[in-house]
Parts: sequence; structure tokens; C-alpha cells
Amino acid sequence: MMKVIKRFYLALVLAFLYVPIVVLIVQSFNAGKSRAKWEGFSLRWYEELFRDPDIIKSLLITLSIALLAALFATIIGTLAAIGIHAMRKRPQSIMLTLNNIPMTMPDIVTGISLMLLFIFTQVERGFVTMLLAHITFDIPYVILSVMPKLQQMNKHTYEAALDLGATPGYALFHVILPEIVPGVVTGAMLAFTLSLDDFTISYFTTSPLVQNLSTLIYSQARKGIKPTMNALSALMFIALLILLLLVNKRTRDEE
Amino acid sequence: MTSFQVPGWGYVLMAVGFAAFIALLIAYIVVNRGFKRPVFASPYVLWIIVFTVIPCLLVAYFSFTDPAGNFTLDNFKSFWDANYNTRKGIDPALLQQYQDMGLSLDDLGLGRNPINIDTLVFSLWMAFLCTAICLLLGYPAAHIMADREFRLGPTLVVLFVVPMWMNFLLRTIALMSIMEDGGLINTVLNWLGFGPAKLLNTTAAVQVGMVYNFLPFMVFPIYNVLNKMDYQLSEAAMDLGCNKWKIFYKVTLPLSIPGVVSGITMVFMPAVTTFYISRLLGGGKVQLFGDLIEAKFLSTSLNEWNVGSALSLVMMVLILLSLGLLQKADPKGEGGGII
Repeated sequence: MMKVIKRFYLALVLAFLYVPIVVLIVQSFNAGKSRAKWEGFSLRWYEELFRDPDIIKSLLITLSIALLAALFATIIGTLAAIGIHAMRKRPQSIMLTLNNIPMTMPDIVTGISLMLLFIFTQVERGFVTMLLAHITFDIPYVILSVMPKLQQMNKHTYEAALDLGATPGYALFHVILPEIVPGVVTGAMLAFTLSLDDFTISYFTTSPLVQNLSTLIYSQARKGIKPTMNALSALMFIALLILLLLVNKRTRDEE
Repeated sequence: MTSFQVPGWGYVLMAVGFAAFIALLIAYIVVNRGFKRPVFASPYVLWIIVFTVIPCLLVAYFSFTDPAGNFTLDNFKSFWDANYNTRKGIDPALLQQYQDMGLSLDDLGLGRNPINIDTLVFSLWMAFLCTAICLLLGYPAAHIMADREFRLGPTLVVLFVVPMWMNFLLRTIALMSIMEDGGLINTVLNWLGFGPAKLLNTTAAVQVGMVYNFLPFMVFPIYNVLNKMDYQLSEAAMDLGCNKWKIFYKVTLPLSIPGVVSGITMVFMPAVTTFYISRLLGGGKVQLFGDLIEAKFLSTSLNEWNVGSALSLVMMVLILLSLGLLQKADPKGEGGGII
């Protein structure tokens, strides 16, 4: 009896978490405009979605920001992880603490502080500022993905390469990188996903003229939810879910 | 983007700074004939300084200055008294004249109106309530899944982990769409004969939205701690004659405290800082501290960056306090806070 109650309770909590999402996805296939009545399966809203120039523009912005941010964050983050790993204890712990700041700070504070930086330096907010912000919050996660791989590596291979006459650059590409590639790829995927996922920081670091999908959805949803927004949200849900599961699987396999 | 614009000095500074950094790096390598590995971290050090440290200092700088850049505490004074700045901007002679006419500050709409502090208190209360509800709902869920006899437990936990990484905005919108007037909940209520109810744009809706978004952050750390717990301890307690409840109170609960504290901070922090949950589910009628900050920065009519920075600084202090509390209660990070 107790067992049944327990399972029922768990099912209830999970239903609370998942029913809204499932309903949203189902509604996006509803032929009618009504949220309550099922009027047959249709891809109508998805078609409208891809005919809306604003949404296409935001989609392109979102994807290019995510790709560029992941690229830069992966390069800077991987190099940083290698550097931090080789540091002495004290500077290392300082760097790791600094690395934690953007992850523990609430998004709204990160967003505002970056916004102030751009206001202060009179940089007009738009694509570039959003990209800079995304790189900033992506790097710590790349470092966290690469660090465990470095710790698994044999400490002396790099020094051995140098002793055998390799330059640091050569040793980086031919000794360290091949060993940590899985961590780097996971980091890049995580950075890409987080960048697609972000709303708050983008919201504060861009202008209304340059919107990514999240800020677009937000500005539309404030006026009430249109069926096309359901379709867009459903697509983003699925895309993010797949990416997250992939990243999670990679992290677990590596362990 | 159509017309050519002179770039702000920020871009110039960035370009010059970047060039200087490269030059320094090359000089360093040439002088030392090669370099050690920590040098690989230098681009990131530069990045952290420019995009994390300086922005944080700027928040502090803006909090203590007026728009002209002079030192002032007015931003914090207006925190206690919303009309402080307006009142200050009025010619004192004119004000005296009005007061001589028998009009009080309240009549002029300039009376002490402590909206900011009210909002903060309300926000803290909402966050507290959200944390309490999450704890009450989440602890049993975590406990059930961590039960060794429940085979599905580890699989089901994934269902709690996934939403932690999911876009909160999208999840809030999903919730919004089932709570709308013609949404699923109202349809069911109608069908049951309870008639349509106004669900959105209420404080309760915002509270439900917060619990909905942050519940996984409570469940996961508690599950983590309970799962790692040595089950032999509770077996020993049973052998020594404890009943189920006593085992829970004397063994399980005390040992799970790090997870609980971790969960509390992880729910409380985002709950204090949220702004879009209240905007979407409260329809602008329910204002939280995050909404206030957002308005100060982004509402086109205000642009009170200095006051907004002061509010953000208060928020940062709150966050640091709760992080300190977490550090103290769970020094080894057993709750496994951030995955």
C-alpha cells in the first residue's frame, strides 16, 4: 500500500513538471487556434513559423551566436584549462575561484554588469555585445569539461616532449590536445547548448533590433501566446533536449 | 547598420588592449625564449578581468555615483524612499511655497513612498515560500527515489535533472499556456463544473511558476546525498530497535542536511532574482525585485542605471550571504550543487 502511495506521489510530481511541456508540444500540432479544443493534426503553425522573416532572422542570429561563442569559448577555455592545470597551487585556486564567479552569479547580475560595461564604454549593444557576453558565460563550462581530462593525463608526458626537443606549441598540439579531445568536444557542445538556451544574459546585452529566439519569444509572450510561439517553443524544447542528452551521455561515458 | 557609425571608444579600447596583450605575450616569449604552460591561461585571465571583474566593479561604481559621475549615496536612499530623487530635484523654494499653501508632500505625490524596500521584502517572502514548498514537495520525492529497493529511482532522477538545464523561459511559457483562460486547467475545471477561474496574473500563479521552475534544484541535491548515504547505518539503527520514523529522524534526516542546505540555496537564489516568471505569469501586476531591477535598466522612460546598480548590489550581497551559508553548512559540497 505504502509503495503504491509513494509511486503515485512521484508520478504526480513528475506530471506537474512535464504536463505543461507535453501539452505545449501537442498544441503546436493543433489545426485550430483554440488551446482547449483539438481540431485535428496539422503542421500549419510550423509552416507559418518558417514564413515569418522575424523568426528566421532570430534563428540565424541564435545559431551564429551559439556557433561563434562555442568556437571562441572552446579555444580560450581549453588553453586556459591547460594553463591553470600547470599552475602552482595558489594561483590555481585563485583562477578556479574566479572561474566559478560567472557560474554562481545569478544571470540577471551577470547580464546587468555586462550591460553596464557596454554602456560605460559606449559600445552600442547588438550582435557583437551579445556574442562577447555568451563567450563570457561559456568559458567556465568549457574549462570544467576539459579539466578532468587533464587530471587523468600522465603529468610527465608534456615535460618528456619538451626534453626531447619539442617546442611548447608543438607539444600542445601533438601531446596534450590528442589526449583531451573528448573533454574539448564535450565542452564545445555544452557551450553551444548553453548559448542556445540563454535568455536573461542575452536580454540585457542586446538591443531590441538584434533578437535571438529566446528574447523574441519573451517579447511576443508578454502580449499573450500565439500558436506559432507554441511551435517555436516546441522546436526549441526538442533541440535542447537532444543536445542535453548528448552532452550528458558524453560526460558519463568519459567517467 | 545601414549608415557608417563611429565606433564607441570601447571598441577602440578593446582593439588597443588586444594588440597590447599580443605584443606583451610575444615580448615575453622572446625574452624567455619559450614559455611555460601557465601562459596558455593568459587570454582567459585577460578575458576575466575585462568581462567579469571590471563589470562587477562597475556595478559598485554606478551604485555610488549620480548620472554625472559624482559620489553619492542617493541611490541607496531612494532604495528606502522611492520619491527621494524626484523630491530632491524640485526647487526648495517652490516646495516651501507649496507647503506654505498648506499642501503636504503626500498631496504633491512626493511623500515617502518606500516601494523598493517593499518589493524586496515581498520578493524575499515569495522566494522563502517557494523554497519551503519545494522542500516539502521535493524531499519526499528524493527520498522515494533514493530508496534502494526502488529500481526505477536512478532512471527517474534523470527526469528531474533535465529540466534543471532547460530554458526557464520556455518552461514558464508552457506553464502560462495551460493556465490561460482557455487553457487546459480551465477546460478541466469547466468540465468538472467549477466554472472558469482566473488563474493568470495573480500572486499564486507567480508562486506556482517559481515552484515549477525551481523544484528540480531541490530534489537533485537531496537525492544525491541520500543516494550516497551508507544504508548500513539505517540497518544498524533498525537492529538496535528503531522504528521507521525514528530511523528517519535520527539517522536519515541529519545526514541529509548538506543536500537540504544545498537545495535551499539553489532554489532560493534564482527565486530571489527572477523577473520573467513574474512578468509572464503575473502580467505586470506582481512585481518582484528582479522586475524592479529590469525596469530600472531597460524601461525606456527611466534608464536609472545608478539606482538599478544599487539594487543589483543589494542583490549581490544577498546572494553572497546565502552562498556563505551554503559553504558553512556543506563545506565539502556533498549536495553536489551544480552538476
